[in-house]
Amino acid sequence: MNRFWCLFFVASAVLAVVFFYIGPACGWWFPGVAASPLGQQIDDLFYLILAITGVTFIGVHAVLGYILWKFSGKEGKRSDFQHGSHTLEVVWSIVPAGVLLFIALYQMDVWAAFRMKSRFDQEALANPIAEVTARQFEWRIRYPAPGKVLQDTPQPDDLYTVNDLHAPAGKPVVIKLRSEDVLHSFFLPHLRVKQDAVPGLVIPVWFEANEPKAYDLVCAELCGWGHYKMRGQLTAQPQADFDAYMKKLKETQFDDGFKEAADE
Amino acid sequence: MSTLNPTAGTLAGHGHGDGHSHGAHHNPGFISKYIFSTDHKVIGIQFLITTLLMLFVGGGLALGVRWQLAFPWRELPIFGRLIFGSQGAGISPEFYTMMFTMHATVMIFLVIIPILAGAFGNFLIPLQIGADDMAFPVLNMLSYWFMWPAIFLFGASFFVEGGAAAGGWTSYPPLSDIQQAAPASGMGQTLWLLAVTFVGVSSMMGSVNYMTTIINMRAPGLTLFRLPMTIWGMFITAILQAFALPVLTAAGFMLVFDRLLGTTFFVPGGLVVNNAAPTVGGGQALLWQHLFWFYSHPAVYIMLLPAMGMVSDILACFSRKPLFGYRPMVYSMAAIAGLGFIVWGHHMFTSGMNPALGMTFMVSTMMIALPSAVKTFNWLGTMWGGNIQFTVPMINAIAFVSMFVVGGLSGIWMASVPTDIYFHDTYYIVAHFHYVLFGATLFGVFGSIQFWFPKMFGRMMSERLGKLHFILTFIGFNGTFFPMHLLGIAGFPRRLADPYQYPVFEHLRPLNQGMTYFAILMGFAQFILLFNFFYSMFKGKKAGRNPWNANGLEWTAPSPPGHGNFESVPVVYRGPYEYASPLVEADYLMQTTFVAHEDRHIDPDQIAHHA
Ligand code: HEM
Ligand SMILES: [Cu+2]
Repeated sequence: MNRFWCLFFVASAVLAVVFFYIGPACGWWFPGVAASPLGQQIDDLFYLILAITGVTFIGVHAVLGYILWKFSGKEGKRSDFQHGSHTLEVVWSIVPAGVLLFIALYQMDVWAAFRMKSRFDQEALANPIAEVTARQFEWRIRYPAPGKVLQDTPQPDDLYTVNDLHAPAGKPVVIKLRSEDVLHSFFLPHLRVKQDAVPGLVIPVWFEANEPKAYDLVCAELCGWGHYKMRGQLTAQPQADFDAYMKKLKETQFDDGFKEAADE
Repeated sequence: MSTLNPTAGTLAGHGHGDGHSHGAHHNPGFISKYIFSTDHKVIGIQFLITTLLMLFVGGGLALGVRWQLAFPWRELPIFGRLIFGSQGAGISPEFYTMMFTMHATVMIFLVIIPILAGAFGNFLIPLQIGADDMAFPVLNMLSYWFMWPAIFLFGASFFVEGGAAAGGWTSYPPLSDIQQAAPASGMGQTLWLLAVTFVGVSSMMGSVNYMTTIINMRAPGLTLFRLPMTIWGMFITAILQAFALPVLTAAGFMLVFDRLLGTTFFVPGGLVVNNAAPTVGGGQALLWQHLFWFYSHPAVYIMLLPAMGMVSDILACFSRKPLFGYRPMVYSMAAIAGLGFIVWGHHMFTSGMNPALGMTFMVSTMMIALPSAVKTFNWLGTMWGGNIQFTVPMINAIAFVSMFVVGGLSGIWMASVPTDIYFHDTYYIVAHFHYVLFGATLFGVFGSIQFWFPKMFGRMMSERLGKLHFILTFIGFNGTFFPMHLLGIAGFPRRLADPYQYPVFEHLRPLNQGMTYFAILMGFAQFILLFNFFYSMFKGKKAGRNPWNANGLEWTAPSPPGHGNFESVPVVYRGPYEYASPLVEADYLMQTTFVAHEDRHIDPDQIAHHA
């Protein structure tokens, strides 16, 4: 029966590893490789930490398994009378401290690239493609008219869509994120981008989609009963298509219905 | 109080009541003995039974959540017709948000916190330090009874217009602030805030009491570094409560003022929420997050440190070996508590706070993983070279260690800010905190119930049922929560009533269904615990004073201890972990056993005068 417990705990640890191992094959993994350069860096960091924690997990459970096997109780046996070891304490404080410090320093750069305005692509920052305003339960998008720069206050020739964000692919773009009511969060899982929308704040967010493709836009911060249906889409397009889209958008939005009648 | 500086001399008699009823011999009536009792043991058991029942309430809500995640909008078995008869017996999205909010609320405020501090803190502190009761018995009684208004308010909130609070247990404004923001942001949210205040008052009364008791009422010879880890856990927790709780209470009042009196601490001006009149004034939504997490990060350690202490006691006892690295264990616990106050911002990496601040919180969070690692290694060190006995408390304690490792390691991904950008508000977070709170704390609690049950009721719990309960719970737990890591990696967000709206998450439905089956298994397994608990209370094998051959002071008292606990005041000669000591033949050496040829550096009488 004693051996049983060793096997029980070891088996559960093995299953955990197996689960992580088969995860990608079963589709229980990232939604594809990161679709943006920053996302790629985040994934690299993920795999680095996976390696470190994986080794720790396996190591600790190997030791645990050994202990449960080797030191399981026997009649008449007596434990070592031992209160600790100064050397061991020092070793197992310094080593993890070093590893943690390494992770801490190593990842700072990616964070800075994501959030420090000085590290943004300055041209993209000066010309945000749109203002995205979250509200219960939709994303309202305001683009500047083609050839113009986005202003803080709405302009008469601004263009509007709902839940449908378009952006040029293959280059960094910036949106200004706002909220009209409660908290929301702008989450692009494929691009590994997430930023809360906070009423009262205007937060610039940058991303770069590698491929011209449609990506899910998810609200990731609880915003009320309809939170689950606050679904949007990001359509990344080649620059030319994006320009054409904006032009089309302008035409449909300012179409007063009279033009065709006059032609007849 | 004559007990502030106890000496063996002054305490030699039975009890020491001078004006205190608890030391005197008298036979209290039923009401004052079992209901409005001031006896710490009765209060502890009251807390234990109440929180165990609440565990079922919280568990029921969790199963509702799991049902919806597996079979969104499908008729909820049994309860569906009762609650949602008018809407096709499926869970409504409003109710879904209520369920996960109230699940977390019940589990945190009515189960984990009070079962550790309230139940075990109350029961064990006086017994393990050799005192006859708490320093303030009446305050102690009140701390239990202040739970009830909270339970009542949480319960009643389901029946008010709009239903119970549904803004998450974190209650972020403006959703929780502006009444029109959601149906449940009305009366339900106000009741929630009031109830949390009651729980806070209850915790605070406990905290003051525990600190005073542990500082002042230790038995002669019981120096600080002879305290069992359980007491260290309770002591540090009490300090955390004392410093962190006022912030939550104040923030709660600010939110109530915003809601009822028209202040605007947490909402900026000009918001139009759901066609309500625009807000005026100039508050900050992020302020709440700072205040809330300033309490709630320390609170996650309030939900862990006592369990760490109890598990340390259990591991040493059933390894029949001294605790490895007693002082490093104490210091790392203190370090966790200290660092715990400067890491709250790790819950806010994506909130829009200053990114430079994010970096400092990241570094402090990385550092807090260090004492956690040190503790884990010391637990392994305790078992190494031992003579391990796989009793029910022990297997639960081993599960604690194993599960805590998982939870601690997943924390590192989230402490690393860039990866947290992706993981924040996904099921990765849900996996993380269930591994620490359920995997670690609750398994620790299950082990502790079985371990101290004989002291509580004078009878043993069934080992067979205990093992069955453990195996089923462990399998159910891992089957439910381990896949959540993978869901998180897939980006699966938490708190969505129907995540499959998004094509990216559609393929995760079968996995979620499997998890729900495991959750149901785990839920049913808890009835075994309930049965074992109440059956053993009356029919269990009779236990002597020290059924586990353990060393602590509590094991010198009768099982169950009478009013006043000890027949004579215990005198302590050593720490609680002298298992396998060469001084004696037995493989344990109680704290109170006098050994003539022992090399004692400190004379117990002297200690008593300096205690
Ligand atoms: C090894 C040390 C730990 C580290 C590095 C760590 C790190 C973190 C981080 C960074 C978050 C926020 C993630 C996010 O929301 O994006 C988090 C959430 C959380 N942690 Fe930990 N954690 C650790 C241990 C613990 C322990 C011991 C507990 C409880 C006993 C705990 C309970 C929680 C809870 C309850 C949450 C989520 C709260 C919520 O959003 O609802 N953590 N942890
Ligand atoms: Cu935290």
